[in-house]
Amino acid sequence: MRKLLIWLPLVLFLGFLALFASGLFKPDDRVITSKLIGQALPAFTLPAAASDRPALASTQLADGKPRLLNIFASWCIPCAAEAPQLMALKQAGVEIDAIAIRDARPDVDAFLARNGNPYSRIGLDARSGVQIALGSSGVPETFVIDGKGRIAYQHIGDIRADDVPMLLQRLKDAQ
Amino acid sequence: MTRGLLSLLLLMLAAPVQAQTALPPAPYADRQLDDPALERKAKALMETIRCLTCQSQSIADSNASMAGDMRSEIRERIRAGEEPEHIRRWLIERYGDWVSYEPTAAPILWPLWAAPIVLLSLGLLLMRGRIKRRPRA
Repeated sequence: MRKLLIWLPLVLFLGFLALFASGLFKPDDRVITSKLIGQALPAFTLPAAASDRPALASTQLADGKPRLLNIFASWCIPCAAEAPQLMALKQAGVEIDAIAIRDARPDVDAFLARNGNPYSRIGLDARSGVQIALGSSGVPETFVIDGKGRIAYQHIGDIRADDVPMLLQRLKDAQ
Repeated sequence: MTRGLLSLLLLMLAAPVQAQTALPPAPYADRQLDDPALERKAKALMETIRCLTCQSQSIADSNASMAGDMRSEIRERIRAGEEPEHIRRWLIERYGDWVSYEPTAAPILWPLWAAPIVLLSLGLLLMRGRIKRRPRA
């Protein structure tokens, strides 16, 4: 028994070594998904973020038609990168509303002039209050909202070209 | 060469600027509440809420703009009379247990709570064995 016990520290050490090594080589997943998926959107009313688009309230997102709710910001680089994909989704007939995080109207106007404007309505969330209420952890994120105003799906990060068919399918499923 | 290095240096300086918003921080992001008792409550909560951007820091320690917004949200809610544990639950509903550093009583954490007792009794057992074995002088 004692003879075996003497090996215990070494075995423990090797165990920890294996644990740390696996942690080093495993791809890191730091994505924090919203726990509100499947639930109703939290109620909010936001002022207009852009000069030529109306403001956004949560009640407007439950009009029977599934849509995308894009969380973006004019200061966010990946948001500019996903602009062409949002444009393609709009051309496919998808209604896209948006919330601009920690933004200012002139900046949003300039961003939309530069990257195109696929949005129907844009709300301004100057202090990330609605972003936190949504359980969103950054920009850009895109929520699929079903016709009843429930969150059906959350896409974290910029929309790549190969995400577009998947999002269209999600919207169809949310019908 | 020098010019290349200089522009590289400037680029490194420019990246964090681009990544952050130009907006001033939310009112209570970096300002304490006037009531010290309420501020103490808010601070205790903020130290146990995890930052979504800098995931190894609490929002009390993080400089990320989202952490600042969360601090302001928490201070404003506490000033309005909300209980810290209520705010924690509200955040956990949105981000999961992940967002709170405070261990819960969930079954997955039972080994954690049992660890001190197990280790202490192991130590006692070890001590007893040693004391018994020592020959009387």
